[in-house]
Amino acid sequence: MSETEFSDPAAVQKALANARYLADEPLSVAVFLALDLETPLLLEGEPGVGKTETAKALAEITGARLIRLQCHEGIDAHSALYDWDYPKQLLAVRASESSQPSPDLFSREYLLRRPLLEALEHDGPVVLLIDEIDRADDEFEAFLLELLSDFQVTIPELGTIEASRRPIVVLTSNRTRELHDALKRRCLYQWIDYPSATREAEIVRARLPGVAEEIAQRVCTAVARLRASELYKAPGVGESIAWAQALGALGDGNLDRALGAALKVREDIDRVRETGVLEGV
Amino acid sequence: MSNVGLRLAELVAEMRALGARPGTGELVRAESALASIEPSRRDQARLALRTTLCSSRADLEAFDHAFARWALVGADSPSPPELDPIMTAVLPRVAIPAGERPAAPLELDADVRPAPWADTEMLRHKDFAEYSSQERKLAQLLLERIARRGPRRMSRRTTSTQRRSHRLDSRGTLRASLRHAGEPMERRWRQRTEGQRPLVLVLDISGSMEPYSRMLLQYAQACVAARRRCEAFAFGTRLTRITTELAGRDPDRALERASTAVADWSAGTRIGAALSELNREHGRRIGRGAVVCVLSDGWDRGDPEDLAREVARLGRCARHLVWLNPLKATPGFEPLTRGMVAALPHVDTFMAGNSIASLEELANLMEAGTTTPKARRR
Repeated sequence: MSETEFSDPAAVQKALANARYLADEPLSVAVFLALDLETPLLLEGEPGVGKTETAKALAEITGARLIRLQCHEGIDAHSALYDWDYPKQLLAVRASESSQPSPDLFSREYLLRRPLLEALEHDGPVVLLIDEIDRADDEFEAFLLELLSDFQVTIPELGTIEASRRPIVVLTSNRTRELHDALKRRCLYQWIDYPSATREAEIVRARLPGVAEEIAQRVCTAVARLRASELYKAPGVGESIAWAQALGALGDGNLDRALGAALKVREDIDRVRETGVLEGV
Repeated sequence: MSNVGLRLAELVAEMRALGARPGTGELVRAESALASIEPSRRDQARLALRTTLCSSRADLEAFDHAFARWALVGADSPSPPELDPIMTAVLPRVAIPAGERPAAPLELDADVRPAPWADTEMLRHKDFAEYSSQERKLAQLLLERIARRGPRRMSRRTTSTQRRSHRLDSRGTLRASLRHAGEPMERRWRQRTEGQRPLVLVLDISGSMEPYSRMLLQYAQACVAARRRCEAFAFGTRLTRITTELAGRDPDRALERASTAVADWSAGTRIGAALSELNREHGRRIGRGAVVCVLSDGWDRGDPEDLAREVARLGRCARHLVWLNPLKATPGFEPLTRGMVAALPHVDTFMAGNSIASLEELANLMEAGTTTPKARRR
């Protein structure tokens, strides 16, 4: 476990707030349990509700090193766990003449550590963020099972490597596909929703200390309206922060001029302007 | 396991009755989670149970209902029989529902025997609307075969290959060099593999499609069962995602589940509104280079302008947008319905989809995959 122990969910919530991450109660309970039971935490939610930020804040409050594995289609053990340093191996073979005993090519000396192995072997506390796991394919999900249940991995040439200390594992998913039950069973599950307008304004102010309260309030009211109207892509918390930042930079408080910070689909922008969703904010 | 464990097993049983599927592992974890929560904090205990017992968003609702009922019952229920607590926890999962299976299988066995070639050939070109229920069962095998054929795409995974390519296989080359005292004499190569491209089926189940919807749903079921990345939706006046219902090995049960899930069988059609919901609610499920097939006759009671806008959006997100209209097979067919006129400019391929043969054509198109989409629209 990390050096920092938390006695209850409220303590976690407070520490996260100090790290400028405002978690609601369900999330702080989930984070507390993930720390206390040393269980991986699976976060799902719409894009931009702060899933990745949770992991970053978690690393900050536990004083752990954040190791991030960004998943993509076709990710495999060699880009996630380990690979062998082939050029070095080839040179080593060439260097040792046939008379001498050949070097052990598949020893740690020639091993390249990728994020997962790095997380298992790191000395200090680690938060391992496996980001957007839904982008990876089922084979990779299956490959993660050993890591998530026993915190160990098997490298055929070396044997099984166990974690010196259990990393805190956070997985995030945007739900572009349903994850396998076997993976979910190994994790605590938490769905993160959009925050309420008042809460979101608090988040914006926590993230952007320089922004006027009035601007944060207006941006979050506007974003709440946008989310309630029929859009292809509703803005996330990240967009609210960017929007408030843009307004701060423009200095005139004209929401519409910086609309591009919140909406990224042309039809959505047209629709919002036509229907006057933002009037009177 | 203690008293707490038994009480939790009751909660888990309630959740299972509501369709969630927490296992014994979750139960054990929930117990240890409760142990680390301050006993006086009831709200936190509830949240702790929620995060340990749920494993998807759908479970959350089941949990809330189950918890409400479970909390009401309280601890004064009669003491449970002297069973091993673990057994008690596991029992609801292994219980076999009694008298569920209808007497049909016997008859089905006789039906699904491979048909003579002539029969199959006849069936291939027969319009779905003229199928008898026996022919529907026969067609199941053909559908399953077609469903295995679908769009493919290059994966980022690689595999070793005999042929020279532009990717060196360093691992293979090194291993081969060991045979020649470390002299890399033969080079090995890798090439990218092919994987399945996601497929999205959007079925019109309104009244006008009734003669076809049963068979097309059967096709969708076969696709969902055979492919890894396949999503199925059904719409009449509103859109229902039926992928989960269609998954599973038993086609009859899957179709039954899907029919129950869809609330508006054979009602009116609002294609524009349905596609709008598809674009907005499920946009990310259909993104990433999917082939999207809309199976509809284009009879639409909504605003054609809405329809055109949503089809255009769908076409831009999809790798390839196919529209299957069973009426297209009718001699002298002209796409004159308002909906069809609005949709066609944004569709990549317009096909019939009224018979096995036409679904084979669809499979051919998807498998060929060489079409360069979007060129026409730019």
